[in-house]
Amino acid sequence: MENSRRRFLQIAGVSALGLGATPVLNAFAASGAQGSGYHLDRNENAATAKQWAMVIDTRKLSTPESLRPIINACNTIHNVPTEIQNKNQEIKWIWEAPYHNAFTDEVQKFMDESVEHRPFLLLCNQCENPPCVRACPTQATFKNKEGIVMMDFHRCIGCRFCMAACPFGARSFNFRDPRPFIKKTNTEFPTRMKGVVEKCNFCAERLAVGKKPACVEASGGAIAFGDLYDPNSDVRKLLKENYTIRRKITLGTEPSVYYIV
Amino acid sequence: MLEFAVKGNKWYWGWVIVLLGIIGAGFGIYLMQLQFGLGLTGLSRDVSWGFYIANFTYLVGVAAGGVMVVLPYYLHNYKAYGRITVLGEFLAIAAIIMCLLFIVVDLGQPMRMLNVLLYPSPNSMLFYDAIVLNGYLFLNLVIGWNVLEAERNGVHYQSWLKPLIYISIPWAVSIHTVTAYLYCGLPGRHYWLTAVLAPRFLSSAFAAGPALLILLCLFIRRFTHFDPGREQIQTLAKTVAYAICINVFFFLCEVFVAFYSKIPGHMTHIQYLFSGLHGHGAMVPWMWASMILMIAGIVLTVTPATRRNEASLAIACMVIIMGTWIDKALGMIAGGFVPNPMHEFNEYVPSMPEMGISLAVYAVGALVLTLLYKMAVGVKEEVKA
Repeated sequence: MENSRRRFLQIAGVSALGLGATPVLNAFAASGAQGSGYHLDRNENAATAKQWAMVIDTRKLSTPESLRPIINACNTIHNVPTEIQNKNQEIKWIWEAPYHNAFTDEVQKFMDESVEHRPFLLLCNQCENPPCVRACPTQATFKNKEGIVMMDFHRCIGCRFCMAACPFGARSFNFRDPRPFIKKTNTEFPTRMKGVVEKCNFCAERLAVGKKPACVEASGGAIAFGDLYDPNSDVRKLLKENYTIRRKITLGTEPSVYYIV
Repeated sequence: MLEFAVKGNKWYWGWVIVLLGIIGAGFGIYLMQLQFGLGLTGLSRDVSWGFYIANFTYLVGVAAGGVMVVLPYYLHNYKAYGRITVLGEFLAIAAIIMCLLFIVVDLGQPMRMLNVLLYPSPNSMLFYDAIVLNGYLFLNLVIGWNVLEAERNGVHYQSWLKPLIYISIPWAVSIHTVTAYLYCGLPGRHYWLTAVLAPRFLSSAFAAGPALLILLCLFIRRFTHFDPGREQIQTLAKTVAYAICINVFFFLCEVFVAFYSKIPGHMTHIQYLFSGLHGHGAMVPWMWASMILMIAGIVLTVTPATRRNEASLAIACMVIIMGTWIDKALGMIAGGFVPNPMHEFNEYVPSMPEMGISLAVYAVGALVLTLLYKMAVGVKEEVKA
């Protein structure tokens, strides 16, 4: 009697486990067809590329003041919470850093003073081999068809594996609800919630309607943007005529942001 | 067998109530964290993993350490361990439950946790970690429970368990290997970017896990009518001795590569941890304490006299547990994230809520271990009588 009751409980337990696993197994079966649920509204002006890339002419952006409108343009359009007081937990999409922090592998003992003291714009490098995408356990961060490393804020579980994986410090985590810290909310772009990671998206939402990225527009010609694999694009022309550097190229992530120094 | 867990003296119930109290308080703090966000912790942009993931890493090691009794018994037919294999398996269960809880409390959006299964991403090491940890939990539950039940009924365990037991041995190695792969495959984090990380994790696991098991065995002998056995404890002590030596050896290999090659990226993190850099040295006393504790552990476990004396062996086990915890939990996280890839220094100190939640996770583990060990000891006492 007791034996059969125990047996019953054991079988019931295993069955409950089986029933619980069904949706998981279904998800496995269907995963191939789903892909990422991210959707962008594109219109007929949408610009396309194999790999979007950026060339920043730092000679034209030699003072902190010259960077300010660029950074502000991005922050305003993307609802970046700029009012967070704790600098260790702030959100950064595009920001300013000194040469020796930006190009840690290319610091000369004695170097051109104008370069050494110049402020540099840092942002997500939209790597061709992004380690963050490799690390993400939910495909919440993924590379889109045009080479942009995108974030799905609704899928991110906030494990921050991508932040550990990024060698450029380009990713920020919402340690708290960011909305009270946004100066003025832009209703055209989503605000984020606490507990998810975010970063620069190369203005994928603007490219989809034929506009240039906000920073490019605000730079007064100092930042060029185009398809890295189109030999006639603006960026390729600049790359052909100027000596450029990229951040940490020895890591093999293939950054798509080039700097003319 | 569950009936053993609901019968106990006042000390047993007092301990259970204390643990439940800590769990309740910790859960309250966790609700606050859930409400406010991880801003309640000491984490930052630069140190984006902290105390939770550090303890997770350490406890994966404790779980894997259980295999050090399972392997000799089932593969080498070392009969003496038959008496304590279930203690190793139950310790692994408690440790894995703590690991999973530490992952959950670390998530920014824990309610989306099942996205890991909904959108399986075979390129992410976290995907494999979820598989191996849950698999190891399942294996140990099934094996531990059934073998103990068979022992109670005075019969040989079911033959279908045998393949599961054999699978559980490499599986134990896999859980800590995958955990090391979470770290050591990331470009730009030079302190972790080393092929010896997984072996190093395993060696510290095989020291810390059995060391904890020795302490638990000594406790059980003192306070119950079940004696895990002197020979068993002594053999475990030898395992600890080898493993802690290998762990320190692996660390010295790291030091050699960094400081003989003189490549700055390899040196800076070790310099930060052990001597401080540019005025940042929060980890320095901890890291030296860790080294001293581990070396004391080596001396005490390698010297036959102090290893054979169970009082000094207990001290050795404690210093090894502390030393490896600082080295692998605190040092591994702080050393990996500071300085950040832009060579900026932002140090990390866990916040009070963070430590409260961590304490509660440990209390859950202690509660699970208490209940499981109560059953195991109950069965052993019954069989002996």
